[in-house]
Amino acid sequence: MGALKLCFVVQRPPYKSENPRLALTHSISSQTAEIHLEDGETVVPTLIFVGDGVLNATKNQQAMKLYGVTSTESHIKNGLLIDMPIWVCKEDMERLGLKEDQMIADAEDMGADLKTKFVSFAEIQKEIEACPHLLFF
Amino acid sequence: MGVFTMGVFPSLVGSGTLDFSFKLAEAALAKGHTVNMWLSGNAVMMAKKGQRAFKDYSHLEKKMMELVGKGMAITVCEACAEARGYHKEDTPEGMKRASMDWYLAKTFKSDRVLHIGGE
Repeated sequence: MGALKLCFVVQRPPYKSENPRLALTHSISSQTAEIHLEDGETVVPTLIFVGDGVLNATKNQQAMKLYGVTSTESHIKNGLLIDMPIWVCKEDMERLGLKEDQMIADAEDMGADLKTKFVSFAEIQKEIEACPHLLFF
Repeated sequence: MGVFTMGVFPSLVGSGTLDFSFKLAEAALAKGHTVNMWLSGNAVMMAKKGQRAFKDYSHLEKKMMELVGKGMAITVCEACAEARGYHKEDTPEGMKRASMDWYLAKTFKSDRVLHIGGE
């Protein structure tokens, strides 16, 4: 019985490899994991972008136009829509010259209430320490 | 003894990481642990029938079948497989195909989860 916290930590940039997309699809699949579990059991993911992984959370991505595939942006917004916490490391944004207004801050256009959290690495470390299992992508 | 779940994502031929994953799974089974393996991303091609062994390339199919015979549960990401033209009839005996929620659910009752990411 109970909830198991999982941290999905994305450190790779978008579109260079499949990894960030797999982090998103796997974390979103937590919504249906219960079909394999007993009553009352659930997995609760937090999706965290660090290092070059913060580039996944930039807004106005044109993946459909340029590559004919759904964007990482749309996956992140789907994550917010299902109330999955999405955290982005502030220090890494600063290192890459990214400001909050360049990032996916919410998915209000899709009707999501939850917003992206831009947090320090110290906060991320605390969250990581509270997770029994970490999945690095 | 514990329950050990591995999420394995590296590509088949050309990445020694997949070889390492199977060696680790074998060692865990030998110690009496229950081992679950989730193959996703490029790693799905590991669990495809009809692989041909060449001495120049890593060949893990025989080892994989041996570990399945010893009780290791292997499940392949269905979407990742279909995207690569690998269909249900190509799946070897004793292995399952499922959606990604299988992996997340397995983490729930695992003592240890080792996520081995792709390239």
